[in-house]
Amino acid sequence: MPEPRTITVEVLRYQPAKGTNPYVDRWTIPYTEDMSVLQGLQYIKDTLDGSLTFRWSCRMAICGSCGMMIGGVPKLACRTFLRDLAPGPVRVEALAHFPIERDLVVDAEDFVGKLERIKPWIEPREPRTLEEGPYTQTPAQLARYESFSHCINCMLCYSACPQYGLNPDFLGPGLTALLHRYNSDSRDGASAERMQLVHSEEGVWSCTAVGYCSEVCPKQVDPANAVNVNKTASAIDWFARFLPGKR
Amino acid sequence: MALRRTYVRSMDGWWRRDPFFIHYMAREATAVFVVAYALILLAGVIRLSQGEAAFGEWLEGLANPWSIAFHVALCAIFAYHTWSWFRIMPKTMPPVVVGGRRLPGAAITALGLAAAAIASAAFVAFVAWLAS
Repeated sequence: MPEPRTITVEVLRYQPAKGTNPYVDRWTIPYTEDMSVLQGLQYIKDTLDGSLTFRWSCRMAICGSCGMMIGGVPKLACRTFLRDLAPGPVRVEALAHFPIERDLVVDAEDFVGKLERIKPWIEPREPRTLEEGPYTQTPAQLARYESFSHCINCMLCYSACPQYGLNPDFLGPGLTALLHRYNSDSRDGASAERMQLVHSEEGVWSCTAVGYCSEVCPKQVDPANAVNVNKTASAIDWFARFLPGKR
Repeated sequence: MALRRTYVRSMDGWWRRDPFFIHYMAREATAVFVVAYALILLAGVIRLSQGEAAFGEWLEGLANPWSIAFHVALCAIFAYHTWSWFRIMPKTMPPVVVGGRRLPGAAITALGLAAAAIASAAFVAFVAWLAS
């Protein structure tokens, strides 16, 4: 029977009830080949320190709950494996650029508030009754937005965006990608309304093309592309007003 | 909810936190040198407008060993500027579909770099032809 391998996990902790600034706790835990960082944290919570707080749900990179900084990089804890971080130590911290609520849990209110503002639903271009049947779409029309619809709202891209860290008013990468998903949908008729947000001070012009958002995205959504394509759209929209017959 | 007191981390030194941010800052910094070289060329145009002697002095200044060293450094910086901007180019444009398939980002970067290399080579050849 081989000796179980161990790895040290360092967690930046914040317990508001203790009235102290964040501090680091370290635990050395046994791990197996198939253990994720999330499972390592669950081992700590179950056997070593029940007060360790973190969000998780699906364990298969679809719910977007377990985003955290692992070794300084925004990652989903469920699809990051301890074996890849050996010999450690593994440094875990709450997602950067968000206020820490407690330990690895961040305050996502700003994100959720903005999510409502982008109208993340289809506003039918032509309202149809049930009798008229479903809204149809060709594969080519689907391809225009499909990759942007893969966003799981994990907020890793926000932790990769220094512009969001410096200016939290910025709509940010993920939500611009989601906005672009609806604006590119042939069935939707609310793009003029969403474009007001794109043009605004907190819209796409706050982006300086760092590009790290697309690197860290676990779903290859490419939010940097959505933001920068909308800079072009915003510029065209602005210059179009000078053309004869416009506005 | 009584004890809800969030902690906001400082952004001080954010660009040193990740190698990706250091590369980004290096890319942005190269723009300063692009402006510096534009100013050098602008000075040349102004000197040209002041007559042949003035322009000759400007040319002589360029032949100074310090100026040559500066130009060699600028050439390396411009190469980084070109490479780093073409690397981000795929993220700035709508999907390019060729023959029903989306052109991968690496291909767009390679095309941009090839175009820059060809344009530079053509320019050098043109200057060499003028000089001969």
